Formats: sequence, structure tokens, C-alpha cells
Amino acid sequence: MSSLVVENPGLLTTVQDLGRPGYGPLGVSPSGAADSVALRLGNMLVGNAQGAAALEMMLVGGRYTFPEGGVISMAGADFGANLNGQAIEMWIPHAVHPGGTLELGLTRTGARCYLCIASGIQVQHFLGSASTHLLSGLGGFAGRGLRKGDVLQFGAVEQRIRRRRISAKVLETLEARKCLRVTPGPQADWFSEAAKLAFYEGAFRVSEDADRLGLRLEAASLAPESPREMISEGVSLGAVQVTPSGQLIILFVEQQTAGGYPKIANVIGADLHCIGQLRPRDEVTFARVSLEEARALWMAQERLLNSGEELFA
Amino acid sequence: MEFRAASDQTMLVYLGEEIGLASHQRVCKLLRLLQEEPIAWVRNLQPAYCSLLVSFDPSQVEHREVEATLRRYDQRAVNMALPEPRSVEIPVCYGGEFGPDLDEVAATHKLSASRVIELHLSRTYRAYFLGFAPGFAYLGDLAPEIATPRLATPRKNVAAGSVGIAGAQTAVYPFATPGGWRLIGQTPLEMFRKDRTPMGLIAMGDEVRFRAITREEFAAWPPP
Repeated sequence: MSSLVVENPGLLTTVQDLGRPGYGPLGVSPSGAADSVALRLGNMLVGNAQGAAALEMMLVGGRYTFPEGGVISMAGADFGANLNGQAIEMWIPHAVHPGGTLELGLTRTGARCYLCIASGIQVQHFLGSASTHLLSGLGGFAGRGLRKGDVLQFGAVEQRIRRRRISAKVLETLEARKCLRVTPGPQADWFSEAAKLAFYEGAFRVSEDADRLGLRLEAASLAPESPREMISEGVSLGAVQVTPSGQLIILFVEQQTAGGYPKIANVIGADLHCIGQLRPRDEVTFARVSLEEARALWMAQERLLNSGEELFA
Repeated sequence: MEFRAASDQTMLVYLGEEIGLASHQRVCKLLRLLQEEPIAWVRNLQPAYCSLLVSFDPSQVEHREVEATLRRYDQRAVNMALPEPRSVEIPVCYGGEFGPDLDEVAATHKLSASRVIELHLSRTYRAYFLGFAPGFAYLGDLAPEIATPRLATPRKNVAAGSVGIAGAQTAVYPFATPGGWRLIGQTPLEMFRKDRTPMGLIAMGDEVRFRAITREEFAAWPPP
């Protein structure tokens, strides 16, 4: 076994994989990487399965040492990574020699950067996944964000790396958008034409209240035409809820599994990863697409992510 | 039975229009059949009072086919027999620091605190479904005399085991989480443990009763 020692955990660094879907009846939301596309690409760069467990860093990176060395990649937002004091590139694998130190700073682009390690981080699984569920303190490393002094394990690997990068064209295609494409939500018809127009024509600032559970947007009032009593129902990942005061909340990976606010829209599957890169004060807009278009976009994205050699430059 | 696309990868199935045993049992039956005879393209199921949210793999199936398949399942499910509900008893220490909102709930309804406790203890509740957090069961229906809206501003941190009420529902918080329900007591039981089978003390469909315990019993839990 090899290890990674947390010298400084940044703002909020958690172990994440692709989550644990299928436990809705227990009230457990899937959790998993906020930007699953970045996680999958980062893992492929170090020869892992796409869903191997990695570190998800939020807004601020931190400092990590590798007493036995390892092979790593950085994917997602650019946190200005340094290896032993030398700036290193993202989207390409790097060999870390025994005793090497990786340091990452403040984000320069989006909200989350993934540190993927060849063979993947090993933690005890909870309901089939290594993902941290912060709300309940389950999964991941001790069910919590990393702290200084934590030691994580990963499998020992050969230092030989295949030095290839994700192609610029692929990165451009998969870049995190700030115009989120949506399909109408199950209560879209509760909203007046004026409210819908305000939603689709408006731009909304992400508030400071934005985390893995959900992102609250600062919005002019979009309250439903006539407030109706709603019976709580299951909510989808990426649902755009409207609170009685007209606030917008995008439900995210650690969402509550049921809720009683009407949903005006839902972010499409192909754009869910973009939510994970939204920072407080970013401005987002919403563009409506049909279910057929959403499906076609999803299929195209999956084809690309599973195209193997075509991903690399 | 009504269907609505909730997203490009989810379908909401409505099986009733009001909270109650009839809707609940229909949801339970459809869920049960989907668990007994799983479908390859189903990724997740989220039951609620009157509905079931079905997440599916869009590379395998479209909404139209999801609807047609679920209609066939529901037709078969309605004739299913559900098992007798399990009975679960939850010991609760009411009031004081365990139930910081008890006095306010009492004042709202012009009742004494002990009458609120009595009314909370008076019913056998149905666990309609689990949601919000792992193991959080929505229990109903509360005696109408003590039904109280949620707090205007949710608490940032509710202690694990807290017993709250909101509208006509009551629930036990399995974890220390934020929460907007009015807290009237606390149980010393661990509601959800990953090293236990089943992990949650309350499952969907269970019948739940509360039992009052003293501060001394709470402090000395479990009883000898």
C-alpha cells in the first residue's frame, strides 16, 4: 500500500467516486463527485476505472505529501497545482517521487478540482460507494472532509506512466457551461408566463449558500401564480425548486431525496457536471431544450467519455 | 395514475392525490414489485406520500417506454398483498433541552405542554416514506390539535435523535443536521447505523408508537 498525507486540507476536500444510486427507499441520496465528468477524465489519465475514488477539492486546494510516491492527475477547475515547488499542468498524468509534495492554491476557474491517484483511494465503502455523504457523516474518509494529519491509502503502483493528455477539443466540448440547459420541471405549469419568461430570460447569481446539497440563486421573485399546497415528492438531481418567497434552489448531489417546493425546471443530465463548477457570485442562465434534445446530448456525451483513445491528444 | 417527466432521466408516477393510507399502500405495492422484479434500466426509486420518482438510464429507454412498463407493473401490483406492518416503539424524553419548541407548540395551540405530549403519544403513526436524510421517516398523521407549521427559519443544527413535528407529520432526526421541524423531544436510540442490519430503525410502511421516558432513563440508556 501507498499513502497520501494531508498537510493542509484546503477549504473542503472529500473522497468521492460516482456515488451510490439505488438507495432512495432508505432516504439516501446518491452523493458522488460534483463534477463527474472531471472525475472520470482524471481517472482515465492515471489508468483507473472512470469511477475510482479520488479527492474532490472545493475552491481552495491544500497540500498533500506522498511518502511512497504515486501517479496523479488533476482534473476539473485549475487550482494552480505545484509539485515540489514546480508548476504542473492539469489534464495529464504526473509521477510523484517518494516524499513528493503537491500543493494547490485558490481556484482560477471553477469550483472543484479532482486529485486522481493511480489505483484509486481506498476507503471502506458505504452502500457500495466510497463517496462522502457529509450531511449524515457516512462514507468516504470517516464520513467527513479531510483534516490535517489524515493519512489515506491507495494501492502501490509502478511509477511508469503513459504520458498523454486529454485533447483540447474534448476539453472544449466538455467545458463547464454557465448557461445550463433544462427541461420543464413537474410543476412548470404552476408558473405564469411572466414567471417563466423571467426564468428563461434572466441571469441569476449563485449565492454564498452553495454546497453539495444545493445551490441557492439570488433571484427576483418567481413565485408561483397562486400558491398551492404541495405534497412532498421525490426530487431529481438538478431540480430547480422555487421557494414560496420566489428563491431558486438547484438540488445537487447530496440533496434531500424528497421535497415540497414546486420545480420550474430540471438541469439536463449532460449539464449536471457543470453545476459542480459553479462558484458563489457566478452568474447562470437557463436555456430550455426538449426531452429528445436532452437525451441526444446525454448520449453524445457518454459516447465521447467512453470513446477511449479518441479522448487523448 | 398520472405520469410526469421530472427530468430527462426521471419520471414521476402519481398514485394518489392526498396523503393517506390508500395512496401509501399503492406506492408501497408498486415499489415492492419493482424491488422484487427489478428492471435493468431503473437506477433509483424514491417513494413519497402519493408518488414514486423513477430514475432511469436514458441510454436504454425513453419516457414513453418507462410509462408503459410502469403501467404494467402497477396493474399487477394493485393485487399484491402487503406484509403486516412491523411495530416500532421509540422512547422519547419530551421537553426541556430535549424539546426546545415544546412550550411554543403548546402556547400556539393554547394547550399545556403535558397535553401536547399526551396527544403526540396518543397515536400509532405510519411511516409513509423515508427521505431528507438516511433513515429519516415521515410519520403521520399527527393529532390535528398539535399540527404546527415548520419554523420560519430552520435551525443550523438539530441534535441527532430529536423528535420534531411539521404540519401533520412527526419524525425523528437520525443525524445532527439542519432542520426546520419544531422539536418537542429526543430519543436516545441511534436511528441509523451503517454497521447494523437493517441500518434504519424505521422502514417505510412501519407502524410507529412513541413512549415517554424520564430524563434519568434517557441519561442511563440503554436500560439495564
